Amino acid sequence: MTATQTATQTIETKASPAPFVGRAMPRVEDAALLTGVARYADDLPVKPGTLHAAILRSPHAHADLLGIDTAAALAVPGVAAVVTGADAQRHASAFLVGVRAPMEHWCLAIDRVRHVGEPVAVVLADSRYLAEDALDRIEVRYRPLPPVTSIALALEEGSEPLHPAVGSNLVNSRRFRYGDPEAAFARAARTVSVEVEYPRNSCTPMECFVVLADYDAAEDSYEVLSNFSGPFAVHPVMARALKVPGSRLRLKTPPHSGGSFGNKQAVFPYVVLMGLCARVAGRPVKWVEDRLEHLMAATSATARRMRIDAAVEPDGRVLALRMEQTEDCGAYLRAPEPASLYRNHGNLTGAYDIPNLAVSNRIVVTNKTPTGLNRGFGGGQLYYGLERLMNRVAAELGLDPLDVIRRNLVAADAMPYRTASGGTLDSGDYRATLEQAVREGALDTLKARRDALRAEGRLYGIGYAAVVEPSISNMGYITTVLTAEERHKAGPKNGAQATASVAVDPTGGVSVTVASAPQGQGHRTVLAQVVADVFGLRFEDIRVNTDLDTGKDAWSIASGNYSSRFAGAVAGAAQVAATRLRGRMAALVAGPLNCRVEDVRFAGGKVFSDANPDNSLSFSRVAAAGHWAPGTLPDGQEAALRETAFWTPEPLKAPTDADHINSSACYGFIFDFCGVEIDRTTGALRIDRYVTMHDAGRLLNPLLVEGQILGGFAHAVGTALYEEYAYGDDGRFLSGTFADYLVPTACEVPVPVILHRESPSPVTPLGAKGVGEGNCMSTPVCLANAVADALSGIAVDEVPSLPITPAKLAALIHPPEPPRPASAAGSGETSPPAAVKGGRGLTGEGSREVPATPEQVWAILLDPKELAALLPGCEALDLVGPNAYRAEVVVGIGPVRGRYTAEVALSDLDPPNALTLTGSGSSALGTGRGTGHVRLERTAGGTRVTYRYSAEVGGKVAAVGGRMLDSASRLLIGQFFEKLVARAGGPAARPETPSLLARLLRLLGLNR
Amino acid sequence: MKPASFDYLRPATVADALAALAAGGDDARVIAGGQSLMPMLNMRLVQPRLLIDLGRLEELRTLRVEDGWLSVGAAVTQAEVLARRTLAQEVPLLAAALPWVGHFQTRNRGTLCGSVAHADPSAETPLCLVATGGEVVLRNLRRRRTVAAADFFLGPLTTVKAADEIVECIRFPLARPGSGHAFREQSMRHGDFAIAACAATVDGERASLAVGGVADRPTTRSWPLVAGGLPPDLDDALNAFAWDLGGDDDQHATARYRRDLVRRIGRTVLEEALSCRR
Amino acid sequence: MPPLTSTSALTAETRHAVSIVLNGTPRTGHAHPRLLLSDFLRHELGAHGTRVGCEHGVCGACTVRIEGVAQRACLTLAVQADGRRIDTVEGLAQANGGRMTALQEAFRRHHALQCGFCTAGILMSLTDYLDRNPKPTEEELRDMLSGHLCRCTGYAGIVRAVMEVTGQTMKEVAHV
Repeated sequence: MTATQTATQTIETKASPAPFVGRAMPRVEDAALLTGVARYADDLPVKPGTLHAAILRSPHAHADLLGIDTAAALAVPGVAAVVTGADAQRHASAFLVGVRAPMEHWCLAIDRVRHVGEPVAVVLADSRYLAEDALDRIEVRYRPLPPVTSIALALEEGSEPLHPAVGSNLVNSRRFRYGDPEAAFARAARTVSVEVEYPRNSCTPMECFVVLADYDAAEDSYEVLSNFSGPFAVHPVMARALKVPGSRLRLKTPPHSGGSFGNKQAVFPYVVLMGLCARVAGRPVKWVEDRLEHLMAATSATARRMRIDAAVEPDGRVLALRMEQTEDCGAYLRAPEPASLYRNHGNLTGAYDIPNLAVSNRIVVTNKTPTGLNRGFGGGQLYYGLERLMNRVAAELGLDPLDVIRRNLVAADAMPYRTASGGTLDSGDYRATLEQAVREGALDTLKARRDALRAEGRLYGIGYAAVVEPSISNMGYITTVLTAEERHKAGPKNGAQATASVAVDPTGGVSVTVASAPQGQGHRTVLAQVVADVFGLRFEDIRVNTDLDTGKDAWSIASGNYSSRFAGAVAGAAQVAATRLRGRMAALVAGPLNCRVEDVRFAGGKVFSDANPDNSLSFSRVAAAGHWAPGTLPDGQEAALRETAFWTPEPLKAPTDADHINSSACYGFIFDFCGVEIDRTTGALRIDRYVTMHDAGRLLNPLLVEGQILGGFAHAVGTALYEEYAYGDDGRFLSGTFADYLVPTACEVPVPVILHRESPSPVTPLGAKGVGEGNCMSTPVCLANAVADALSGIAVDEVPSLPITPAKLAALIHPPEPPRPASAAGSGETSPPAAVKGGRGLTGEGSREVPATPEQVWAILLDPKELAALLPGCEALDLVGPNAYRAEVVVGIGPVRGRYTAEVALSDLDPPNALTLTGSGSSALGTGRGTGHVRLERTAGGTRVTYRYSAEVGGKVAAVGGRMLDSASRLLIGQFFEKLVARAGGPAARPETPSLLARLLRLLGLNR
Repeated sequence: MKPASFDYLRPATVADALAALAAGGDDARVIAGGQSLMPMLNMRLVQPRLLIDLGRLEELRTLRVEDGWLSVGAAVTQAEVLARRTLAQEVPLLAAALPWVGHFQTRNRGTLCGSVAHADPSAETPLCLVATGGEVVLRNLRRRRTVAAADFFLGPLTTVKAADEIVECIRFPLARPGSGHAFREQSMRHGDFAIAACAATVDGERASLAVGGVADRPTTRSWPLVAGGLPPDLDDALNAFAWDLGGDDDQHATARYRRDLVRRIGRTVLEEALSCRR
Repeated sequence: MPPLTSTSALTAETRHAVSIVLNGTPRTGHAHPRLLLSDFLRHELGAHGTRVGCEHGVCGACTVRIEGVAQRACLTLAVQADGRRIDTVEGLAQANGGRMTALQEAFRRHHALQCGFCTAGILMSLTDYLDRNPKPTEEELRDMLSGHLCRCTGYAGIVRAVMEVTGQTMKEVAHV
């Protein structure tokens, strides 16, 4: 098969002539990054006396915050201050929320915590090490509340409201109707439906959040450096939370940033938090988020539950869609949420010509980390539903899925195409693009391969996905969540203003500054290409500065690095600025060159008249004139050799009163297909071949475009097969390390075949569209469709939820499990407690016979001294009420130990037959709660002790040790009952048969 | 994510280390490669008052064959054992399993003895030690004792090692002529802890299967060969074994999946071990 | 490795002198026993080419060579490195007459990095690995790279760059 052209034949730049745009230029950023001299936020110098922050975070998913005692922490040497919610109330205010609902979100919890990892207090100390020492000394009293851990639970009547003033966990609902969906459904031959759920995950940049904050009391102003990535629409949110005008929150970004993929938008609450800390402490503050903090509490993509119905004709043509989307935004609606749900509102019908659409959008809050920007932002969720639906249409109608896609694609002659919900698909020939991909990606060969492998009995499937990739978000789309009436009150919001400044210095050096906050994509390289072409200079003549300082640089609310806006908007704005500046320089030299302004040409470092190229001035000479001799210019002519352009895409208007919204300026097109194989033994999925065809408009630098596609694809592979922010039913967080949150490695990410077609966008100055997010939209569902195809071969009509793990696939492809044989342990006399998953946390049961009467066993359980001996690691037990104790216990397994102050109580007393034992406690390691029901039955030989227990472990130890949590809990609970049996005079537990047998065999020399 | 404070001791001799350990008791921890301990220190899951570094003790850098055993000292890294040219002949199971331990970069530092002392139920080295019928040599200030691997592990991160003891070395019996060995594991990603790891040995007249990642410790079971082949009721036997292991659900895999793997990969590795007898 | 001749006991509360040979130059700084080598290099010696991505040994960003062997700086205490030779990304070009090495140049050509945060660790692993295995197969190479997480590149450019430097080519299409 022919692989596509790769962009790796990079071009050596020296002395190569313009144009540079469109060429695979290696990056100007790389030398610093490769040699280690690049400066990320944590590498920058700090002011003398800077304090280092460590954040105390909630171990509970949902709890009332009853009190915080910071005295012991303040006594730790090196600690300067401990900041709590009370300080936030004194000096800051709650964040603005994007929907009209009485929800308050503060930079520190005030009277309630709503997700594991929510900031509760900050210690400021001379070093991070010392600050963390003091964290362990802060005492917080919580009263746990019932956690809301799923969309279903949030929608239940009577689920504990996270924000009592709202009264419900459903915080926003809107319905939309476009065209005549009812009539279409009535008319259609049949209705095809899918219901899907999209999990929580995140792109987890390799560099975590960093904030350096300082407060100037004399001017009541904040100066903050952070690897914040925008959108700068959040800047006013931060300033307002700090109770200053934007001009008094000077926010700077560092020269290099270690990735974002949207995630670094979510550093903004910490910008406010550290600003507050600097103010309280009266000294500069530095905070570097660690990985555990990041995974637990930084941000997440939204989880979404989606049901879509399609009104379809027998040939697969879709007449109408009915969508019900329910979005889980986590504990707070943090700016710019609920944007995830509305980012694709203009392209809800994807690449298809579907004129009728009914939409029901609901937003719920849950006791999980608040959501935010994440590569693909809402697109992965939408297309997971839409493209599974198209696949189902084919399956139910007995059609080829590719034909169903073909039949519904928007036609080339319909461009620009207005979608039902108001988007304007700007350019492209989707059908021709699809056919090109089928041809160049060799779909026929892949089909033959599938047939051959299936004939061998292997599980092989082919999947497809067609999506439009939106880029350059309309800043007004978020207001679609409001009613038209609410929007009228608030005033119109629209546009996507990009800024760029170009300056020429007296030596002829050209500088470009932009507010694009790059996170590794190579903005400096592309801008140098664009501007070099405008001035006819060498690539290396252009210096690009992408550090941002809101106190000095040109920026606006749309600034920043998100919605794939760089190539279309920012590079375009730079071209606009450079072109204007060139025009001004042409006016400077038209006189000396004795020609008209419009005849002045810039090429090869020279400036000359088109009519007389030999009579040229050097570019630097012209630049010098602009600086040294402004007085010689004709009247009214400005010499200023600096130009700032503010550019906004013309088609981006505010939502109409009928809720039509063109949510993005450009729409690229992607068509993917792939072949996957599922291992019949292990259920492991292997991506055998992946073809991804992109039409992203004009490609400014194919090398960087390829990098974006490969990176997006890798994220998508993670989303599809590996990554999930997992929570227990009790709200505990389970993915706190990179050993639990599974980022794909070089062994898991194959190399896709990348194909291109270029349909320039009529909207952007350079004809470019965004390209970095598309595979996060197309690839998860393409893989899922391939899985559906593979499973259809064995008559399984189901696709597991994302991530599609081997365990989920095995459950579908393996026949029913052989039952537990009667002889197996577990049914025997001295069963170890068997774990039963379900309900909340760990549950289990067991029983044991002891040679003592029930009365004797009863006496042991009710005797505090005996109870103290039974509790693992109990160092003190004090009676605090009838059958209620306060215990000091040191609990753990192996070297992992925590000191807990535990409340222990005996209840439901039915002497000497039954009782319930409950315990709960917390430590720096986390929280634990358990309930055990004990029954005593008289037998011939004494008493049969039967117990049932449930246990919940939360906080840090659950986040980082989830893999061993159940067996560790069981070990501890087992110890309790072992001791009980021993105290009651029973024999020690019989060692398990296998190891006894093994020892015997070893003795006999049979099993070395 | 920074460790809590501790004193640090780099002893010149094992005796010095043991004396310090005896004095420090439960508040002291030894570190060799630190690839398991250091993450727990950084997360403050473990907060010793004294850290005793065995990493530079030449006495513990032994890697040799003696009396039919391959003896691996406490300071020997996984990479050093993996690089041993004769390993595939000496302990073929270990040679097959070691590439699955962590990654190149962690094997460069991590020790086999450290992994055994850490007793992660999913770890490959404890599994191999149990599967081959190996031994753990424990030493404190007063004495040295040898514990069969099968008796060493008690549960997750829990072993019979007393607070004043170190794992001085572990000993793998050399593979006997005519024995066959096979190892496979299923993990989520390359280098992850095993969801289930299966190590099979066919030796003399018996076939045995050791499983890691399912029970709370590596667990082994064996069956007599029947007419030189695997027992005809092997499927039933593997099913009983799978259920007896009593694995748990976690966020990546269900207990049922783990049992599936024991039944299926278990058979595969037993067949491989039988067919590759030398 | 220098043999140890005497027991050294370092108290928790004191900063102790730690001397290393960093990229060929003797350097001395001070560290409490609990200070991680990654923090020592970055914040005590100012060598911040070594990045910190997870502090639990999985992501590989902090990988440095200790006595030539690639290891996690976040899983090493500064005091454990005392007396050792440590090589970091800053030393690669330094040792090559100030010019980027062939490997670094290949990374640039093949767009093997975007944000660059994981790159230093990968380069340090590779320099050790290629010393021991100068012509790895693509499978071997990917196996070694699985000790590093990169969120930007999908690893393709990295694999291409190394295959080129070792005189080979990457499989451009997965498995077909």
